[in-house]
Amino acid sequence: MKFVDEFRDQGVAAALAKRIATESSGHDWKVMEVCGGHTHTIYKYGIEDLLPPNVELVHGPGCPVCVIPMGRVDDGIAVAKTDGVIFTCFGDMMRVPGGDGSLLDAKAQGADVRMVYSPLDALKIARQNPDREVVFYAIGFETTAPSTALTILRAAQDHLPNFSVFCNHVTIVPPMKAILDSPDLRLDGFLGPGHVSTVIGIRPYEFVAKRYGKPVAVVGFEPLDILQGVYMVIRQVNEGRCEVENQYRRIVRDDGNPRALEVLRQVFKLRPHFEWRGLGFISLSALALRDEFARFDAELRFEVPGVRVADPKACQCGEVLKGVLKPWECKVFGTACTPETPIGTCMVSSEGACAAYYNFGRFSRAESRLKVLQ
Amino acid sequence: MPASESSRVGKWSEQEVLDRIEAIRRRAPRLRDEAINMAHGAGGKATHTLVEALFRPAFGNPSGDAALLSLEGRTLAVTTDTYVVSPLFFPGGDIGELAVNGTVNDLAVAGAQPLCLTAGFILEEGLPVETLRRVTESMAAAARRAGVSLLAGDTKVVPRGKGDLLFLNTTGVGEVRQPERLGLAQVRAGDAVLVSGTIGDHGTAIMLARGDLDLETDLESDTAPLHELCSAALEAGDVHLMRDATRGGVATVLNELAAEAQVAVAMREQEIPIRDAVRGAAEILGIDPLYMANEGKLVAVVAAGDAKTVLAALRSHPLGEQAAIIGEVRAEPPGMVFMHTAFGGSRVVDMLIGDPLPRIC
Repeated sequence: MKFVDEFRDQGVAAALAKRIATESSGHDWKVMEVCGGHTHTIYKYGIEDLLPPNVELVHGPGCPVCVIPMGRVDDGIAVAKTDGVIFTCFGDMMRVPGGDGSLLDAKAQGADVRMVYSPLDALKIARQNPDREVVFYAIGFETTAPSTALTILRAAQDHLPNFSVFCNHVTIVPPMKAILDSPDLRLDGFLGPGHVSTVIGIRPYEFVAKRYGKPVAVVGFEPLDILQGVYMVIRQVNEGRCEVENQYRRIVRDDGNPRALEVLRQVFKLRPHFEWRGLGFISLSALALRDEFARFDAELRFEVPGVRVADPKACQCGEVLKGVLKPWECKVFGTACTPETPIGTCMVSSEGACAAYYNFGRFSRAESRLKVLQ
Repeated sequence: MPASESSRVGKWSEQEVLDRIEAIRRRAPRLRDEAINMAHGAGGKATHTLVEALFRPAFGNPSGDAALLSLEGRTLAVTTDTYVVSPLFFPGGDIGELAVNGTVNDLAVAGAQPLCLTAGFILEEGLPVETLRRVTESMAAAARRAGVSLLAGDTKVVPRGKGDLLFLNTTGVGEVRQPERLGLAQVRAGDAVLVSGTIGDHGTAIMLARGDLDLETDLESDTAPLHELCSAALEAGDVHLMRDATRGGVATVLNELAAEAQVAVAMREQEIPIRDAVRGAAEILGIDPLYMANEGKLVAVVAAGDAKTVLAALRSHPLGEQAAIIGEVRAEPPGMVFMHTAFGGSRVVDMLIGDPLPRIC
């Protein structure tokens, strides 16, 4: 397939892997990929098999589904169960466990929950069902927030009375800061999120290099992008540089996408606080609808419990999201917590570190590799 | 992540954690859900759990695409399948053709010559007679193509809103000439794994035909009767097992095989035939063609020495022109399917979890 296969070339990968091995030798490296999309790529293509044992990838907090706290899931379910509501969300979100079941369970009990691929699909459903209330459960970082914002603008333009958004959009910089401030972490650098950066550009990460002294390479989502990003981070350190580099130039402009940023400013405001799964409350880390769009705000339109639900005691998603624990080091990984019966959010989304490791990486380890790779 | 020997959870190393997980996965599955959800019909792990934890204990039947019965010295294969596909008509086929081919294929992969079918119709009040006529004619044409007769049928009508226009059930009977030849017990390490052509065509075509995704391709369902292809494979060499990679796709079929025969299956991504349109749609939608349904694709496990002859036999049939050897059976680690990626890495290919897909068969 044109324009895709070029970024998955085995020969180029092998050459790059060799350069990483040379550049990294003599030192242990820990590089965090911030974005769940990267985690997925790493496991899907088996990228760790190409890295030398002294280079470790640590999976970060940038999985949109993984960071949704249980209380917000329960709020969504309460809206979904309201009479006359058609509740729409992305597929991954449907299996996230709340305090009492998931949206998929609510659907089985009779709630009209539908999977959509885009908020515009939800808008279409609202137009087709003028006698029903259609709610879109919005999740994601700056990547998906502009499409939600555009959808709201379009709903406002058309004076659509039966459409609203339950907004859980979050921003990427605050959790990165929280991780950098956490005392129990040792990282040599970051692979910056590619999709988020198409919107916000690469400048928002400058504090990581300047204030925290950690190099950043903003990278794309093809496997060669990731390998190149790892190489760039290691080379920065070896050359005594510490900056934000843009590996994903074919998509990401240094200043991002001004139109998308403008739409975000137009529709959203920052929430004073937002709870992140496993990371707790982080100030100014999430988006809510501006007052002029209050009529599209499902949180105001419907009664929701709005109760904070503590994570299950056994769940260590927070440590996994911060990169302190590897997925398999969690006490319930793969035993009580599996993709079919997830306890924590990291086991739900295909971008979640635990699900990616469970589904794709369960054998990528020294002993079995010997058994299977001959 | 690279296995760092020093890292442990309590007394467990990574390898021990993973071994414990494999031990848990080998246990008989427990059905924990209180209500049926769409995942139970998706052909993946939830379907497997439903069958293993509810149906099999109640009925005590063996696994496989068809059951074998001995009758006066002859062996008959019996199978049944129900079709709820939406939309009823899709590029490359319709529910009627699917219902005939699907059941014919379940017989064919059991090594049987399909003989006859019965059909059950569940019709929703308001279904246009013209629609039913088209479906019926299509069933008749598919039956002629497969050389089977439609012996008996039944019709029920449900009130408007209680069914989705038309559901179909077909039951098929065929005759097996060499009943001992195929089976899980025949599968052994070293066997080659073949597919008869491009994978994921049907599932992708149906998803796109529903029109929700606003993607346009000229992709068609691959619905076709496989009995000739199966016979050709059996005549060409030492075939140990055949499966029809429908719901849940090739990945599900291989996972069932690995679990039931307690072997590993290693696939080579580069060898798996996938159409560009399917790869493109999968790329955009974030799904994996390995899990997409096929309605005319055979997965065959063949003795290593005969793999090339069987491949040649498949390729000489119009339905098998793009057949390929996609991997092999290994002894270790039992129950696991994995893939050498085209990128040079490796990963596990697990059973499908959840239901990312609309109704496809």
